[in-house]
Amino acid sequence: MNNHEPGWLDKPRNVTRIVYTLYAICVLLLIADLLYTKHVHFAFEGWFGFFPLVGFAAYLFIVMSAKLLRRLIARPEDYYERKQRGGSNDA
Amino acid sequence: MLESLLNPALVLILGGLLVPLLRDLPRKLFMLALPVAGLALMVWLPTGDGGVVHMFGVTLETLRIDKLSFIFGVIFHIAALLAVIYALHLKDTVQHVAALVYAGAAIGAVLAGDLITLMIYWELTALSSVFLIWARRTERAYHVGMRYLIIQVASGVVLIAGIAVRYVMTGSVDFERMSLDEPGAWLILLAFGIKCAFPFLHNWLQDAYPEATVTGTVVLSAFTTKLAIYALARGFAGTEMLIWIGAVMTAFPIFFAVIENDLRRVLAYSLNNQLGFMVVGIGIGTELAINGAAAHAFAHILYKSLLFMAMGAVLFRVGTIKASELGGLYKSMPWTATFCIIGSLSISAFPLMSGFVTKSMILTAVAEEHLWVIWLVLLFASAGVLDHSGIKIPFFSFFAHDSGKRCDEAPMNMLVAMGLTAALCIGIGIYPQPLYSLLPYSVDYNAYTTTHVITQLQLLLFAALAFAVLYRRGWYPPEIPALNLDTDWLYRYAGRRVMDGAVAVTQGTGDAAARLGAYCWAQFDRHALSGVREQGWLASVWRSSTLVWWAAALIGLVTLIGLLQ
Repeated sequence: MNNHEPGWLDKPRNVTRIVYTLYAICVLLLIADLLYTKHVHFAFEGWFGFFPLVGFAAYLFIVMSAKLLRRLIARPEDYYERKQRGGSNDA
Repeated sequence: MLESLLNPALVLILGGLLVPLLRDLPRKLFMLALPVAGLALMVWLPTGDGGVVHMFGVTLETLRIDKLSFIFGVIFHIAALLAVIYALHLKDTVQHVAALVYAGAAIGAVLAGDLITLMIYWELTALSSVFLIWARRTERAYHVGMRYLIIQVASGVVLIAGIAVRYVMTGSVDFERMSLDEPGAWLILLAFGIKCAFPFLHNWLQDAYPEATVTGTVVLSAFTTKLAIYALARGFAGTEMLIWIGAVMTAFPIFFAVIENDLRRVLAYSLNNQLGFMVVGIGIGTELAINGAAAHAFAHILYKSLLFMAMGAVLFRVGTIKASELGGLYKSMPWTATFCIIGSLSISAFPLMSGFVTKSMILTAVAEEHLWVIWLVLLFASAGVLDHSGIKIPFFSFFAHDSGKRCDEAPMNMLVAMGLTAALCIGIGIYPQPLYSLLPYSVDYNAYTTTHVITQLQLLLFAALAFAVLYRRGWYPPEIPALNLDTDWLYRYAGRRVMDGAVAVTQGTGDAAARLGAYCWAQFDRHALSGVREQGWLASVWRSSTLVWWAAALIGLVTLIGLLQ
């Protein structure tokens, strides 16, 4: 398979298909919440759309806050190696 | 005494030391046979305490086989076998010996019936595993290895201190459940906590594991931290503090994993997060929770090994594991990509995969104790797992954009190892009963309820939906070559600065002291010593009358002292 031909996933049309499939499954899963009796430990688990909401919101929060974290803690790749040579920037 | 030699740990350790004597095919067969023989021996050995050794007036029980040690022993043997297969192409004798001795030491530690035996194997895991890092044979690996070794040995030293306190105060070295009021218990917990990568004690893991060799990281990922999980489950089950420590462990590494560029380091953060789930289970300490922790450790070793194997194969073939340089490899390495996705689905706990039937035991145990805050943290962390291990690892290496990199598929032995591990991940997910039968307590748990399947799919697929939205809108943080600070900054930068400062201050003080000394000496020399030199006042010709005066004064002084008495 060592060639430069674009693969199936390199075509944007196919990627869009996958994404729309995901959207459709998500809609079905949301509707599923209405169709069965949830067995829950906490009352809030039983709310309509609780798990979808947690999944979506938690993911957004993690990724967006990590972007902020990166501003704080990201450094050049040779950060430590550079310091090991007596603090000079001769790396 | 002789029967104490019948120990699976010794099969792997002594067998490992014999590996250099063999070459080529005999060596490969021998290495494959060792974990199989060890496992067979462990199954054959009777349950209960054994392997009694008398040493320095202390009776050691070097072998204890019960439900809890047995399941860890089983998975350690399986992990060792899979790691041997994965590394079969390798000619580097050092790595083979180190891996087998390390695996043997970890097995010896979980089968140890007393604290002293535990401590000996505990230290041996540190000493043997560091060679898997040094085997990279770069200057960076050397430094990383030293940092790793210092921290691992420190854990052993703290453990020794705890055991010593305990032995002096109670006269016992038994390794059983202990409470924190008991003498030495805090030290022992700290020693376990270092190896278990508790928050703020964690960073040796993310520092060292990604710097080991392709095969070394696979071996490392299986043993050290899960040995600590076993030790916590044995010694501190039901210690409430662990619930909170574990919850923090599940949450904070997620953020680091999202922005980390080195994909094996992403997996190291992910490992830390998975350990958190087990620590929460141990902290709760109910039968379901301990079962959950043990089952999750079992499943985790497999899917984490699988992910490290896949990333190792990429590193082996492409020569880099930085997300910013990878992408589109599914065309070159379709099998590796498939196995990697199976590992990702397992760690994310999709239904029909191993993580689904084990992690949920811990969450259910938390819910049964009505700990809703902890439960929400774990749920939040589960969404995080989907990002870093479920999506980021396979997506940025095998898909995303086409990096233009073309390579061969992984070597056959690597594919076999990944295939077997992937089969186990799916097998446990579909048919968990054999795993459940190995658990410390009897299991009355069914993961496949309608509620659980649907809610888990909702959680995961809506998180995936969030990824799709973010990525297509260009809001997902791009993979950039960078290094992220973590607590290792304290000893790699701040500590270094403090040391440099201390050295400068010491040198400055030393210089000042030396100058003061030289000045004093010069004064002493000029005023006192000059007298005794040639031409000095003491050495010049004195008149006899002077001497008489001195003699009279001395006699007078002596007389005066005599009178005063």
